[in-house]
Amino acid sequence: MADGIVVRDLNAWFGNAHVLHGIGVTIAPKAVTAVIGPSGCGKSTFIRCLNRMHEVVPGARVTGSVRVEGLDVYAPGIDPVQVRRKIGMVFQKPNPFPTMSVFDNVVAGLRLGGVRERSVIDEAAERALRQAALWDEVKDQLGKSGVSLSGGQQQRVCIARALAVEPEVLLMDEPCSALDPIATAKIEELILELRSTLTIVIVTHNMQQAARVSESTGFFLLGELVEFDVTRQLFTNPRDKRTEDYITGRFG
Amino acid sequence: MTPRARRGVNVLMSWLAALAAGLVVLPLLMIFAFLLWQGASAVNLDFFTHLPKPVGEVGGGMANAIVGTLMLLALAAVLGLPVGILGGLYLAESRDRRLPWLARFLADVLNGVPSIVIGIFAYSVIVLPMRRFSALAGAFALAVIMLPIVVRTSEELVRLVPASLREAALALGIPQWKVLLRVVLPTARAGIITGVMVAIARVAGETAPLLFTAFGNRFWHQGLDQPIAALPLQIFAYAIAPYDDWHRQAWAGALVLIGLVFVVSFAARLATSGRFTGVR
Repeated sequence: MADGIVVRDLNAWFGNAHVLHGIGVTIAPKAVTAVIGPSGCGKSTFIRCLNRMHEVVPGARVTGSVRVEGLDVYAPGIDPVQVRRKIGMVFQKPNPFPTMSVFDNVVAGLRLGGVRERSVIDEAAERALRQAALWDEVKDQLGKSGVSLSGGQQQRVCIARALAVEPEVLLMDEPCSALDPIATAKIEELILELRSTLTIVIVTHNMQQAARVSESTGFFLLGELVEFDVTRQLFTNPRDKRTEDYITGRFG
Repeated sequence: MTPRARRGVNVLMSWLAALAAGLVVLPLLMIFAFLLWQGASAVNLDFFTHLPKPVGEVGGGMANAIVGTLMLLALAAVLGLPVGILGGLYLAESRDRRLPWLARFLADVLNGVPSIVIGIFAYSVIVLPMRRFSALAGAFALAVIMLPIVVRTSEELVRLVPASLREAALALGIPQWKVLLRVVLPTARAGIITGVMVAIARVAGETAPLLFTAFGNRFWHQGLDQPIAALPLQIFAYAIAPYDDWHRQAWAGALVLIGLVFVVSFAARLATSGRFTGVR
């Protein structure tokens, strides 16, 4: 039974810097949730805590609890590898593996995860590339280097790579900030199509983007979750003065 | 300063820099030219296919030394490269502070140890217990000389792999060790191969550590636990001998040795200029 993401009293540190303060939120399954806020407010750190990528940075620390689709992410004995298999992630800059072809990039998660059967891999590659709306563009150049594609295509290769392992959740950390408006529109279209099958959390600097693609939005400021609400509600009728100041452009 | 004077200084400095660059490659060109002049006449098919003739007879070649050098280099690479590359990977990736710092420092010290000292070391740990000179001992000495070069270049190149690639791989749920071996190392591959070639070229001409390890041999090698011929040893022996024919062969040997290093470096460049390469 899908029950989304439940975060309770989440705190995060980089060394001595306390960057997330007691975050508590429930993120709906099979929906798109946007996370907005000024630079340095902790929104990227927040989603990196959801798949245990925060701890990859030396000196980083987390307390509190996160449950993703029923899995207690920070329970003792839980291997981060196991968590990350369930939760796909797309980064700010497209980061295909430069030594691999388009095809090898897409199936990297499966192959390095130990899947051997050719038919399974081929099938997963096509499915993921179709889901990422990239199949028709690259089906004849699957053997080309992943970095030879355009920036927008590279980012969709990265999305396909994340989808190929069939995650239940997809985290997107400003996935369009390095892309032009046309590539951005394609990714947004893709997000709207994927939301029926996946729980998506997207960090964005672009408030129009948050309004366009998400059902719910959280506003972060200085490491606190100031407000979390239905997207339309948050943008048209914010309850907190700070949210209003931010979305009307008075700061940030 | 007037614009005219500024342009003048600009031109002067550009020429000085170009001159300096020219001076850097000049010694290599001169060595090459000198070797060609002195040695080319003695390089013929016999040189590559024949064993050395007994003292007093004219002719013969260094076929055994050429094969011996290639074998020593291959064996040294087998012994030294895995340790060196994995060591470099550790130095680049470890989160610990003290041990990598110490290892890095010691690698730099090892890099500065005279090669003859490394030869003595190989002599005492391998030649003495085995009670004979051997290819194995020579290769071990060469491997020890290669080690710090390979460790440090591998470390630098692994560091150049963008963190975003590691994160992408980790976020896919790939275990750390597989991320390192299947994503990070291949991305650094082109540069590491260049470093490996530099190391091999460096030890290809080492003579001192082979004197009392590989020892040299005037015949084909008889196994890895037996003395083996090597080009630098043969060049040394022939150069200090009192025969003109041997001197000519020593020049030819030097030319072949430098040609070998050249071919190895060039092949490495070709091998790493493919499309699917990462950082270099």
